[in-house]
Amino acid sequence: MAFRRPFPGGAHPDPQKRTLDAATLRLDPPAAARLLVPMAMHLGAPARPLVAKGARVLVGQPIGAADRPMSAWVHSPVSGTVTAIRRILQSSGAFADAVEIASDGLGEVDPSVRPPDVVDRASFVAAIAASGLVGLGGASFPTHIKLSPPPDKAPDCLVINAAECEPYITSDYRACLEEPDAIADGILQVLRYMDIPRAVIGIEDNKPRAAAALANALKAAAAREADSACRAAAEAAEIRILPTLYPQGAEKMLVHACTGRTIPTGGLPHDVRVMVLNVSTVGFISHYLATGMPLVRRRLTLDGDLAVGPGNYDVPVGLMIADLLALTGGTRGEPEKILMGGPMMGVALDRPDTPVIKANNAILVLSGAVAALPAETACIRCARCVQACPMRLLPTAIDAAARLEDADLLEPTNPLDCIECGCCSYVCPAKRHLVQSIRLGKTILRTAQARKKAEDGRRRAAKEVRP
Amino acid sequence: MNLVLSSSPHLRDNASTPRIMGDVLIALAPALLASALLFGLRPLAVAAVAVAFAVGSEYLFRRLVRRSNTIGDLSAAVTGLLLALNLPPTIPLWIAALGSVVAIVIVKQFFGGIGQNFVNPALAARVVLAISFPVAMTRWDRTPGLLSAFGIGEADVVTGPTLLEQMRQGAQGEVSLLSLFLGLDKGGCIGEISVAALLLGAAWLVFRKVIPLWTPLSYLAVVGLFTLAAGRDPLVHLMSGGLVIGAFFMATDYATVPLTWKGQLLFGLGCGLITSLIRLFGGMARACPSRSCS
Repeated sequence: MAFRRPFPGGAHPDPQKRTLDAATLRLDPPAAARLLVPMAMHLGAPARPLVAKGARVLVGQPIGAADRPMSAWVHSPVSGTVTAIRRILQSSGAFADAVEIASDGLGEVDPSVRPPDVVDRASFVAAIAASGLVGLGGASFPTHIKLSPPPDKAPDCLVINAAECEPYITSDYRACLEEPDAIADGILQVLRYMDIPRAVIGIEDNKPRAAAALANALKAAAAREADSACRAAAEAAEIRILPTLYPQGAEKMLVHACTGRTIPTGGLPHDVRVMVLNVSTVGFISHYLATGMPLVRRRLTLDGDLAVGPGNYDVPVGLMIADLLALTGGTRGEPEKILMGGPMMGVALDRPDTPVIKANNAILVLSGAVAALPAETACIRCARCVQACPMRLLPTAIDAAARLEDADLLEPTNPLDCIECGCCSYVCPAKRHLVQSIRLGKTILRTAQARKKAEDGRRRAAKEVRP
Repeated sequence: MNLVLSSSPHLRDNASTPRIMGDVLIALAPALLASALLFGLRPLAVAAVAVAFAVGSEYLFRRLVRRSNTIGDLSAAVTGLLLALNLPPTIPLWIAALGSVVAIVIVKQFFGGIGQNFVNPALAARVVLAISFPVAMTRWDRTPGLLSAFGIGEADVVTGPTLLEQMRQGAQGEVSLLSLFLGLDKGGCIGEISVAALLLGAAWLVFRKVIPLWTPLSYLAVVGLFTLAAGRDPLVHLMSGGLVIGAFFMATDYATVPLTWKGQLLFGLGCGLITSLIRLFGGMARACPSRSCS
């Protein structure tokens, strides 16, 4: 066990993982339920709707095309009829198209759903692209892009994120217990087709059962493996037990803890020749290669003090959260806050008529007693935020500069390095909204930088005209 | 359904400004108690007046300028108590009251309130009082304490120079380290008298993670090394003249120390250097507490 502090700072929010032993239940929307499938459930350009109002769609049928480089396919999670193509306001603040489907409750599968022909890396990456897979841990980065690093940055190590450091969430943990063989197989497939010699699975030391299940499954998968290079990589795969410290599962912290490498500012894991995939993401890869069923369902944790049926559920993407709550027994009283994701980095929803999206690993239904934020008071400069910042930033200094909306003051504080893990706000005794303020600071700085760039360009152009 | 929208994180831990300030008050309690045992009830009266005027002037000033009421964060109470601990036990109560008003209104609120003051309010007020009332501020009489009935700490009730003052003037009197540590027979400010009581409070602050140790330890180390190099007894210096209260309770003042551990370490080194130079070569034997130590 590693007891050394794996990264600077961090915080110890109460894990509250009371759904650890809640086996995943499959939930299907009742007949005539309407699902709303957004075309933007991933980082990058939204998909283009392929269906029109009135069309009949089947489970797994493509309904959104990824026709731009950084995008992801979207498929119908149910069989039924398209009732509308709507423009919806997403929690990111951006508008995007969404396909509304009235389920017929039949679950009729599209004939195009069949195992993909995968023989080499190109066909593997193409298959993953067609599956609509995005990072299931919450970041929603299109996986086929991750599987296509620049040729000079080919990864030599696959890091599997099973840390699940956010409070409440246990969906990855349940995946490790319920389908360790699929996860092990998914890891092997990635090692095989991406030609990566080594894998490290990072998991926090409070989940020993999941670690043991993965270790056994990997051993079994290695024994079954025919290809010698892939078998050697699987045998050498290491389960790295990490101290329970938030945000252990953040990409930069995890890569450092598992490989000792530090992702540079503004960089990606491939800059240090690492590929990071979430444990549920590799599990999906295995299922997809075996069945060809694209990403239309996912496992999520439902919890929060007002959830009547806390637990883990396998739900169709696009299921309305209001329906999810109704299917699980509703809520105990009127919720004051509904979160998509964990309490540290999750997004507060403005209405329960919001669909479950691909990267949605948890829904938390909270009362005012849990969710109410205390009033902000003046900073006392206690430096707790500085001690807690895993990126070694000075949150209070960014906060001060951001509130002054002063880009020159902001720049040396490096707000763009902030990973928004929330440790600073969490520990602040003055209850300052540091992360919110830093987000504002990022926007102010980016805007100022863009304006400066445009002005420089204009000045250069003017010079060229009048020599 | 009316849902609350807010930026993540949606969780906060239970640390709060009043809790931190409350911990500082708790940490200062042993020193005040020791003072009562050694000097009698008067230190308690000084502390009560200083705290009352600090809290009262913060309340009135913020009301006057129509700002939110902040006395609940307990920082005004801390300032009042810190000031009291930095006054001689014989100080007239009205001077203590005036010091509190100066600390809160001029040094703290004029600059924007908690976290914005560029010097420690209690220390700045102390300097103002030292300049304004030099005689009252340097009477180190030992009044009979609560323990004097048992023959402990029964010093002569005579105005005399402090130990460091005597040493500066060349006296080589015998000093018992134990009595220095406990504060049995030296003169001094209310709060600096018992090193043992101060260390007890400092341990509480460290245990509660209120203060990091970078600044106090580097501060004390530099003074120790400097006095050793100058051929003095470092232990006598470390336990005299309020160095301990300065290192643990003043130099760690959030508003005036750097945010990073490296900065805090450097800050402590600077404090130690200036304190040593003043003690060895300057005109003020005590050097600390005063803003000149930082």
